[in-house]
Amino acid sequence: MERIIQYTEALREAADQEMERDASVLVFGLDVDDPKAIQGTTRGLLERYGAERVFGTPLSEDAMTGAAIGMALAGLRPVHVHIRMDFLMLAMNQLVNVAAKSRYMFGGAVHVPMVVRSMIGKSWGQGAQHSQGLYSFFMHVPGLKVVAPTTPYDAKGCLIAAIRDDNPVMFVEHRILHFQKGPVPEAPYSVPPGKARVTAKGDDITLVGISYMQVECQRAHHYLAGEEIGAEVIDPIWLSPLDIDTIVDSVRRTGRLLVVDNGWSTCGASAEIIAQVMEQLQGEREVRVKRMGFAPVTCPTTPNLEDAYYPNARTIAAAAYWMVRASGASWMPEERKDLQSIEFKGPF
Amino acid sequence: MAEFSFFPSTERKTAMYERIYRSLYRIRRVEERIAEVYPTDTIKSPVHLSIGQEAVSVGVCEALRPQDVVFGTYRSHALFLAKGGDLKAMIAELYGKVTGVARGKGGSMHMIDLKAGVMGTSAVVGTTVPNAVGYAYAVKYRRENRLVVSFLGDGGVDEGVFAESLNFAALKKLPIIFICENNGYAIHTHQRLRHPALNICDRAAVYGIPTERIENNETLRIHERVKSAVDAIENGGQGPYFFECMTYRWKEHVGPNEDYQLGYRSREEAEPWMRNDQVGVLGALVEESARKSIEQAVDAEIAEAFALAESDPFPAASELMADVYK
Repeated sequence: MERIIQYTEALREAADQEMERDASVLVFGLDVDDPKAIQGTTRGLLERYGAERVFGTPLSEDAMTGAAIGMALAGLRPVHVHIRMDFLMLAMNQLVNVAAKSRYMFGGAVHVPMVVRSMIGKSWGQGAQHSQGLYSFFMHVPGLKVVAPTTPYDAKGCLIAAIRDDNPVMFVEHRILHFQKGPVPEAPYSVPPGKARVTAKGDDITLVGISYMQVECQRAHHYLAGEEIGAEVIDPIWLSPLDIDTIVDSVRRTGRLLVVDNGWSTCGASAEIIAQVMEQLQGEREVRVKRMGFAPVTCPTTPNLEDAYYPNARTIAAAAYWMVRASGASWMPEERKDLQSIEFKGPF
Repeated sequence: MAEFSFFPSTERKTAMYERIYRSLYRIRRVEERIAEVYPTDTIKSPVHLSIGQEAVSVGVCEALRPQDVVFGTYRSHALFLAKGGDLKAMIAELYGKVTGVARGKGGSMHMIDLKAGVMGTSAVVGTTVPNAVGYAYAVKYRRENRLVVSFLGDGGVDEGVFAESLNFAALKKLPIIFICENNGYAIHTHQRLRHPALNICDRAAVYGIPTERIENNETLRIHERVKSAVDAIENGGQGPYFFECMTYRWKEHVGPNEDYQLGYRSREEAEPWMRNDQVGVLGALVEESARKSIEQAVDAEIAEAFALAESDPFPAASELMADVYK
């Protein structure tokens, strides 16, 4: 029997098993030790491993990121948790100038094994500063790794891989994915960088969905199947290093690539993926490409504008349809109850 | 001049003066040699010379044990050498050679020597302060018998991370000593134009950290006071400690020259510091023949280090892509 657990429990179990295995693993961040325990992802760790290894921090993202680096330089494996990705903007100096660069600028003398967990919010009025998916900032910088797992299985395996990695890893979670349930083996396992996952097969178009947009792409796959369009769906899982080969292989077959990002398109992950695919396939194969992502504005709070701000399964399916049907016909599927989005309900 | 009641033996005192003089003289001569060589453009790295400020690094490091770890700033040639960093590898780094401390990929502002306990230094003001704090957290967590020293300048105090770092270090009672080298200037801007209150110790004291300001750039006084903090932590006491060491940079912010002609400061301001030159002050405490032999040995060591750096190879092209990730 497969064991089905929630994404948050998968994360908790990964941290628990790694802390059990290795006394150099520490978990800290604002409120990791409070009763809510970061949506339950750190629940019980304090009781099990004590306040030296599991502690809440002052509101000092800059210094605590610097401290995590110092711990890593001393041989510990800190996991620094941020309940919002937006808060990482307070820590950019340490992440970009120190964590990413230490190994290279000190000629390989040191390494920085640390994990930075951060969460992207969506809906229920989270708005401008609680909703940003900023991982492309970190993909830009050599020396950092970036991962954005979608399923509970990958959440556990990627967190274990990130903790065991000898480099700084930006571990990106989406608050709506926290509610996902799925099969997760109990024994520890690792989902390391290097392999994207094909989550649905198809021959007409390749959909790459990043983070929560992976879920919307899988729904779009079903809408498109109703129109007899076969959409191959790929989850990159690790954004840096990126397994571009799996995506290129798919596009070589389908000739169409739609990348749906959980962030803005300009200079974003979607732009990078399309650029890399085109560099490889130009001259070999005619390829149609398109990016979808957040509207190029600040995230609004009011529901009707917020709905228009995000791509969703139906708008993704419509874009894919337009790319596949060369006639230029436009089409938008009727909403199917069985494919509706999970609604996030506050308070947060 | 401070006397050393805690070193009763004359022999030990003599040996210590000789050690300290050797360290001061060596740092001074290394940096003077860098300044001499600099116009030839063989050193491909911006250099922030410590000339005039050696007393702080030397006084502090004389109080440390080999297992203790230091974190520094972009102006860390003195710290690197005082803590026992490899001179040949340091000079090779300045020349961009593969034999350098960072295989020629870091330069003057990113000196590191793990064997000597010199953790990497940083070009961005204030950034190593929280790194040192995190390192001290690891030391405490592992119950190790060592401590961490975080060197920063009066400019580092301006950064928000300074306050955040001191707060956390004090909250967790970490085995760390902060050394603020106050040379009065952040590049060309005096502390008066940056701080409404000039006593930096007051800022550390609000976190409950024991603080002390040490005036006049006196090596032996710095050594004595920091040694007392090291001893207190070694004997089971708790950190952190904070010292503000008043000092003065003789050369320009970056580069080998003087800059009194720029007008942001005057030679008159510098002169009292120069009269109290610690290389001369400590040299006078060392018997002449011993002093001569120290100087000869150091001069020969420096000549060899520069000659090696000249002849050592540059990194191979394949080094460009090496060490991005482990």
